[in-house]
Amino acid sequence: MEPRAVTAPSPAALWRPRWRYEPAHLALYAALLVVVGVLVVLPIASVLRGALVDSGGFTLAHVARFFYTPLYLESLRNSLYAGLGATLLASLLALPAAFLLGRYQFRGQAVLVTWLTVPLVIPPFVGAIGLNQALGRAGALTLFLEDRLGVQFVAAEGLRGVILAHALHYFPFILLTVTNALANVDPSLEEAAKVAGARGVRLLWRVTLPLVAPAYAAGAILVFVRSTDDLGTPLILNVKNMLGPQAYFRITTIAREDPDGYAISIVMLALALVAVLLATRLGQRREVATLQTGSRAAGRPLRGWGPRLLLAFSVLVGFLGLLPHLGVVLMSVSRVWSLTYLPTGYTLDHYAEILFRAPQFVLNTLLYSATAAVVAVAVAVGVAYLQHRGRVPAPGLLDFAATAPIAVPGVVLGIGFLRVFDRWTVPWLGVPLTALWLIFPMLYVARRLPYAVRATSAAMAQVHPTLEEAAAVCGARRWRTFRRVVLPLVLGGAVAAGVLVFVTAAVEFSATVLLISRVEQSPLSYGIYLYAQSPRGRGAAAALGTVAVVLVAVGTYLANRIGGRRPALTW
Amino acid sequence: METVSEERVLAVEVELDRLTKRFGATAAVYGLSLSVGRGEFFTLLGPSGCGKTTTLRIVAGLVEPDDGRVLFDGKDVTRLPPWDRNLGMVFQNYALWPHMTVFDNVAFGLVERRVPRAEVQRRVAEALDKVGLTGMEGRFPSQLSGGQQQRVALARALVVRPGLLLLDEPFSNLDAKLRVQMRAELARLQRDLGITTLYVTHDQEEALVLSDRIAVLDSGRLVQAGTPRELYENPRDVFVADFLGGANLLPGVVVRRGSAEVEVQVGDARVTAPVEGEAAPGQPVWLSVRPEHLELSFGDAGGLRGTVVATDYLGWTLQAEVALPDGTRLQVRGLDPSTPLRPGQPVSLRIRSERARVFPRRS
Repeated sequence: MEPRAVTAPSPAALWRPRWRYEPAHLALYAALLVVVGVLVVLPIASVLRGALVDSGGFTLAHVARFFYTPLYLESLRNSLYAGLGATLLASLLALPAAFLLGRYQFRGQAVLVTWLTVPLVIPPFVGAIGLNQALGRAGALTLFLEDRLGVQFVAAEGLRGVILAHALHYFPFILLTVTNALANVDPSLEEAAKVAGARGVRLLWRVTLPLVAPAYAAGAILVFVRSTDDLGTPLILNVKNMLGPQAYFRITTIAREDPDGYAISIVMLALALVAVLLATRLGQRREVATLQTGSRAAGRPLRGWGPRLLLAFSVLVGFLGLLPHLGVVLMSVSRVWSLTYLPTGYTLDHYAEILFRAPQFVLNTLLYSATAAVVAVAVAVGVAYLQHRGRVPAPGLLDFAATAPIAVPGVVLGIGFLRVFDRWTVPWLGVPLTALWLIFPMLYVARRLPYAVRATSAAMAQVHPTLEEAAAVCGARRWRTFRRVVLPLVLGGAVAAGVLVFVTAAVEFSATVLLISRVEQSPLSYGIYLYAQSPRGRGAAAALGTVAVVLVAVGTYLANRIGGRRPALTW
Repeated sequence: METVSEERVLAVEVELDRLTKRFGATAAVYGLSLSVGRGEFFTLLGPSGCGKTTTLRIVAGLVEPDDGRVLFDGKDVTRLPPWDRNLGMVFQNYALWPHMTVFDNVAFGLVERRVPRAEVQRRVAEALDKVGLTGMEGRFPSQLSGGQQQRVALARALVVRPGLLLLDEPFSNLDAKLRVQMRAELARLQRDLGITTLYVTHDQEEALVLSDRIAVLDSGRLVQAGTPRELYENPRDVFVADFLGGANLLPGVVVRRGSAEVEVQVGDARVTAPVEGEAAPGQPVWLSVRPEHLELSFGDAGGLRGTVVATDYLGWTLQAEVALPDGTRLQVRGLDPSTPLRPGQPVSLRIRSERARVFPRRS
């Protein structure tokens, strides 16, 4: 049959061309691949190259030397010890409260949850400053123990201090994960076990705990890896024999091209990679136990001694979790605080220092973090859109590359950035890219892209394709559909993600410290470190730390308001 | 481009020409040809997976066929994007934009067509009035009941004065009572507007009530198209007979062939039923009898003998399942609800043979 009176549509109007890929999508895809390639793939590849390639080509000699060098082995042991210790201590603090909150219902429950999550707003290396004032060698509580009880015990010193700082920062993370898992266990699973005759401890041991275990393990592993590869906390507490500090010192004080620095980086990378893969696997297992029936077990009332003891312990943990905050805030307003329980004089001079005499730390941080947040969200929206709707080859590739930094320790990414961008000369200015302030937003985009992409992708997955089809049928071209339907629907999630990028970038230290070339360019986190180097600067460091805590607290609150309940943030 | 006029856009005539669409190795639609007349209410009916939704999406331009053409008023629109087809479409899940109010949802297509503000206001109000939602302009979809969401979706589809209205199982998410009510409203609106309508459903009752014509699809192919009455009374094969209205299938053998009827041996009974096409003596056939074409009486009253297995009391009527000695189970419909029927009772069934149909059976 011949078509009658065919009016051929103009080529531009063709909706789905015969070829499989969409030109506009391909262009965006290519642009994003370049961005993610430069910011993520190049630095990581450069670290691998630094460790595995020398003049003679591929070599394992540097990595092998790592395992023959006592100092490095000791650092590895210390890092693992610190990670394990922090995880155990955090679990000990978190699990009783998690059980209490997940299984019982009582007045003031919401207050307790909020209170117990407060430690998340203080980055561990800031918390370390406060802990030092409370539990360090000359800390208030240390003095108290010695004066009143005659006990000589310094809790926040050396590795022990690192463990304590991390445990106090991360236990809410485990708490939230496990509470959530407990609350999400389909009550019918436990009811079925009860009908089958299990109760009390046996029910807990045979049914409830196995159901919650994957969630706990996933959370614990992430705590372990974050504690293992941290740099800021050990530096503040003057602990040098850990992997992070060793890598940092090799690269910044020995030589930019020192292969040992890269070998340490590779070991850290491998550790983090294994941990993240493991946590992801366990996270997937968790889905099995939580049915989407929406029915939740009603909490039991607090009755008897057991739950009351749990409550008492949780409150104690709550106070413990506030120690870093109290220490930092008090320190920031103290004129003199040495060998006394409390400061012997108060002043706002430290705030005058950081806000008026040297305001660049705070201003730089605001500039860098805001830039990073905007760019990260823009990239994340593109990546998420292409992943879900893209008519491009291998849409998962981009998503994979963009989420890869989640398994890269900050120190390692910083080293990669230094190695790559120190060689890139900026046209006209004739200086390396690492000399420009832009390097910091670039770094923060790379480091926080995974979170932005995940949040945006989750929002994108909520957009049912028929919503776009309905728009197309109603007469909207693809761009109009994106602008009027897709963008407004993912914007909430994307902006919330952007706020989180902002706050996490504002307190980023591990990678930042590697890229500092001039003090005038340095952000708040490096400022804290700088001030904390001298006893006289501690007050200013604490004041900057307080600003950081306020930024994080406000940002977290905003992100939760905008994006609804989201998983707790970690850095 | 779209011209904005006060006049009703003329309903289009749709022709599908040998459409084929494969997903992987399986053909969702295979060589499907159909034509839908101007202003006609045309239904694609079939079980899930029969290709009816894919066909609708091809007509909408959301899916590009591998082969074949779609013609609107004789013009080939196969490669035309959906936004240039001037359609109205109601999705199974309504696909209302959750971030827009009722007003903005309905106005969307008019805004895309650059209709002046004042006219948008007027036409949205008019469309909402038509579906009985005046006063709901400021609500968000999440604040509406399922039936109200359905009406918004319908208003959104109609407000642009489309040449063709596409409906993809629009009532499947509504409860039974609301479904019947919405069905009546849709029928009224469609008649008033005279808009060509392509309707997809797996619900045979909906199809029978609403349609001018029905096409029954199976495995991506067209089995039979015709008016509801044609399909119900003269199904082409066992599939159509069973899918539309339900049918008891009794295996039998042709005994004697007349000019327009045939005598079939079914068990102990002989039945004379109308037939078209070939049916030579000795050929195995299915005798297809609708449940309401079986007359039930107690004891041995001639016809097929059997035993009551189960009864369904529906208040206004009574249905029964009867087992024949060879194990075949027959559905009987339309019994007087006061009939004292109990499982285990011996009964006999007389076939109203003039309403029965004979189809070939592969032995």
